[in-house]
Amino acid sequence: MDICDLTIHELHSSLKSKQVSSLEATEAMLARIEAVEPRIGSFITVTPEKALADAVAADQRIASGTMDVLTGIPLALKDIFLTEGIRTTCGSRILHNFVPPYSATSYEKLRERGVVLLGKLNQDEFAMGSSNESSAYGNTRNPWDTTRIPGGSSGGSAAAVAARQATATLGTDTGGSIRQPASHCGCVGLKPTYGRVSRYGVIAYASSLDQVGPLTRDVTDSAIMLAALAGHDPKDSTSVDIPVPDYCAALTGDVKGLRIGLPEEYFIAGLDPDVQTAMDRAIATYRSLGAEFIDISLPHTDYAVATYYLIATAEASSNLARYDGVRFGHRAEDAAGLLDMYTKSRSQGFGTEVKRRIMLGTYALSSGYYDAYYVKAQKVRTLIMQDFMRAFADVDVILTPVAPTPAFKIGEKVNDPLQMYLSDIFTIPVNLAGTCALSVPAGFSADGLPIGLQLIGKPFGEETILRAAHAFEQASEWHTRKAVI
Amino acid sequence: MRFQPVIGLEVHVQLKTNSKIFCGCSTAFGSEPNSQTCPVCLGLPGALPVLNKKVVEFAIKAGLATNCSITTRSIFARKNYFYPDLPKGYQISQFEDPICQHGWLDIDVNGETKRIGITRIHMEEDAGKLVHGDASGLEDGSGVDLNRACTPLLEVVSEPDLRSSDEAVAYLKQLHQIVTWLGICDGNMEEGSFRCDANVSVMPVGADTLGTRAEVKNVNSFKFVKQAIEYEIQRQIDLIEDGGTVVQETRLFDPNSGTTRSMRSKEEAHDYRYFPDPDLVPLVIDDAWVQRTRTELPELPEQSKLRFMTEWALSPYDAEMLTASRSLAEYFESCVALHANAKLVSNWMMGEITRALNDSGTSIDCCPVTPRLLAELLKLIEGGIISGKIAKTVFDEMWKSGKDPAVIVQEQGLVQVSDSGAIEAIIDEILTREVGQVEEYRSGKDKLFGFFVGQVMKASKGKANPAVVNELLLSKLKG
Repeated sequence: MDICDLTIHELHSSLKSKQVSSLEATEAMLARIEAVEPRIGSFITVTPEKALADAVAADQRIASGTMDVLTGIPLALKDIFLTEGIRTTCGSRILHNFVPPYSATSYEKLRERGVVLLGKLNQDEFAMGSSNESSAYGNTRNPWDTTRIPGGSSGGSAAAVAARQATATLGTDTGGSIRQPASHCGCVGLKPTYGRVSRYGVIAYASSLDQVGPLTRDVTDSAIMLAALAGHDPKDSTSVDIPVPDYCAALTGDVKGLRIGLPEEYFIAGLDPDVQTAMDRAIATYRSLGAEFIDISLPHTDYAVATYYLIATAEASSNLARYDGVRFGHRAEDAAGLLDMYTKSRSQGFGTEVKRRIMLGTYALSSGYYDAYYVKAQKVRTLIMQDFMRAFADVDVILTPVAPTPAFKIGEKVNDPLQMYLSDIFTIPVNLAGTCALSVPAGFSADGLPIGLQLIGKPFGEETILRAAHAFEQASEWHTRKAVI
Repeated sequence: MRFQPVIGLEVHVQLKTNSKIFCGCSTAFGSEPNSQTCPVCLGLPGALPVLNKKVVEFAIKAGLATNCSITTRSIFARKNYFYPDLPKGYQISQFEDPICQHGWLDIDVNGETKRIGITRIHMEEDAGKLVHGDASGLEDGSGVDLNRACTPLLEVVSEPDLRSSDEAVAYLKQLHQIVTWLGICDGNMEEGSFRCDANVSVMPVGADTLGTRAEVKNVNSFKFVKQAIEYEIQRQIDLIEDGGTVVQETRLFDPNSGTTRSMRSKEEAHDYRYFPDPDLVPLVIDDAWVQRTRTELPELPEQSKLRFMTEWALSPYDAEMLTASRSLAEYFESCVALHANAKLVSNWMMGEITRALNDSGTSIDCCPVTPRLLAELLKLIEGGIISGKIAKTVFDEMWKSGKDPAVIVQEQGLVQVSDSGAIEAIIDEILTREVGQVEEYRSGKDKLFGFFVGQVMKASKGKANPAVVNELLLSKLKG
């Protein structure tokens, strides 16, 4: 079997039984990356020297008998995670030369477990996008059809898993940026509850919405990764201090009596027929496993996209003010004074979508508009949150599509930002409510494009959605198909 | 037309915590530029703020000492603007729901007490410092030093209740005394620990609408505050009387010329786009926390002053001097506990102790003459062992050597001579020697008495008991 095809738990068994070394696995991955990158473009920075050094260290740990499930596993991180001494661009020109002096907590936690870092992955600039087309470092292509987008903003993270360029990856999800690309690329993508995983060292887009999560081949890997990432971080005031459950132990395979809610607002007429078919089939599968379905309503769903694009852009307009050319990043040459330096550096360094969102956000916060836009949006957000809380009184998980359509063509929506924004319609409400959700492969379109299904859980209810996803995965074989590149 | 000035003050109090408000970097002043920084106070991508609990404790203390109510649920907000000394492009401050509200201070001006309202006190982070031209070591341009960035500040905003520069200075002095007394601020105005902005307007006497106000920024001494406010009041009155209108603007005080000049006008005023900071959770302060802090509050200066007046029968002036700082008040109390003559202790503290501290540039906290040593000295004086004059010599020796006064008196043989026989002998010798002067005295030149006293003191090397000398000399000279 090709090492590159192995999941974390499969590779772990092979490493433990000495069938394969971390060095061998890493070399295989690096070769795979080199072979496939010209067609996919998942990476912004590949770190071969670091990867090999990490692998050697991991093999020593394995030899001395002190390994755990993640030791020696080759991973890659979205370029939004700060990695000390390794260039971190966030998909932007404004950080083209930024080498951080410290690392993100979530990477530190993985590093301590002995993972191998393959490199930094491509993404929409500053995590603003749904197609990876706004990256300053070129498009990433969907491994299932390289004329199509992989999804975004964690496009590189999803494509790398699907193209077997990394055993697993890390991404971030603010409005769907893990789940949507996972769905488009046929892998598992998990967005934990807000506050479950530390945001320290993750470049901020929208502080009250951003969350770190894994993209993996299967659900077991997702549980393994979440177990390593979750936990309180004193450096992040918004991370919660509650115990981390044994996520792997939750994968019992049993969903008998599980109450699954189907929100009428998500199963709209005019849903792509392939998506509808995949959902219908999934529902049938769950019924056969003993789950029950309950019709629910999340009445404020229609307001979610507008609410998101006011709150997220407002927070982003403030979070991105630090990119001013003074201390790090791009500084325009030949500027005539302070204001000129600011405007030139930022105009040159930021792409179109980022500028658009900064302006939107600034406007929503400005004097005379703050109450009508920002405050109003926060109030609607509370209503959306309450919709979910009410629903969870009657159901254990909520099942929905992830995206209205399978992956669209590169360039198809680039000139229509609003159309682009609407592709996040099913994922955005989860971030606004702050709760957890994942995307798990649920089929393919007639064109052979992956379609994912979304399972939404209660706040800190990751165990339940992982259990539900795992049972479904075991009863289907979608996750075993490989993209042919 | 007669005008009445209306003044409100905003004071930025730099808090004396060991570390910054949102990170663990040191707040020490005067270090190498950018040597006390980390990703958080540098505003690097991905960095997040974590609130320093001590800052909250200090804020609650300040609020309780100024009669404010402590907000149960207070919120941090971002104040957004671009400037090189502001690394994140926003300052974390408080906008709606500040930690303290609705307080007051009573001030004394020309014997009258007046209550000045305090609208709010809130916590915020300081910006860094810009160093221009030569001072920065750069040929051209400015250097950014972020050591000061993220230092904790309290902003204390008064109601526009002040009506003169004297009232303003009285308010500031009292606020300064409170924050240094509480130990939350070192009060060093030259280093920028206590900065004042004044909002000044004028209105016709008897009118009921306030005039347009101008803000005078960053005046860093009480003297300059008085000057700046007086200049600004007159400037506005002159402007109105000449037919002009006061513009709402920010003005900078120039200490060299004693004038204010415009810095920013309303048209260029920032829209700070305040919104609650999503990186920080609401700060919940329950009643138990407030009560616990209340028990940790020291007695405040006003209360100490009143107590010194009633308990120790000191004059208002003396009580005021002794409560100028908490250290002084504590020194006094330690000393009277050992030697209960409050007036004497007070005199010596205001006299010799203050002189010696000033001459050597020492603070009362490091005074080599401890309260115990001073008490011992005063006991020797009141016990007649040494005279008041000799005591000064002993004091100087104590300051230098730290030895007990009794030891010094012993070693230097300074015990007072009170024996009438011995003194009589000295007097007799002098009167015999100075026959001419005796004649003159007896013929009416009373002033010569001092000459005789001086001679006796000289002959006795200052040790003769002055009271005994006076009594004997008087009777001997009468003849």
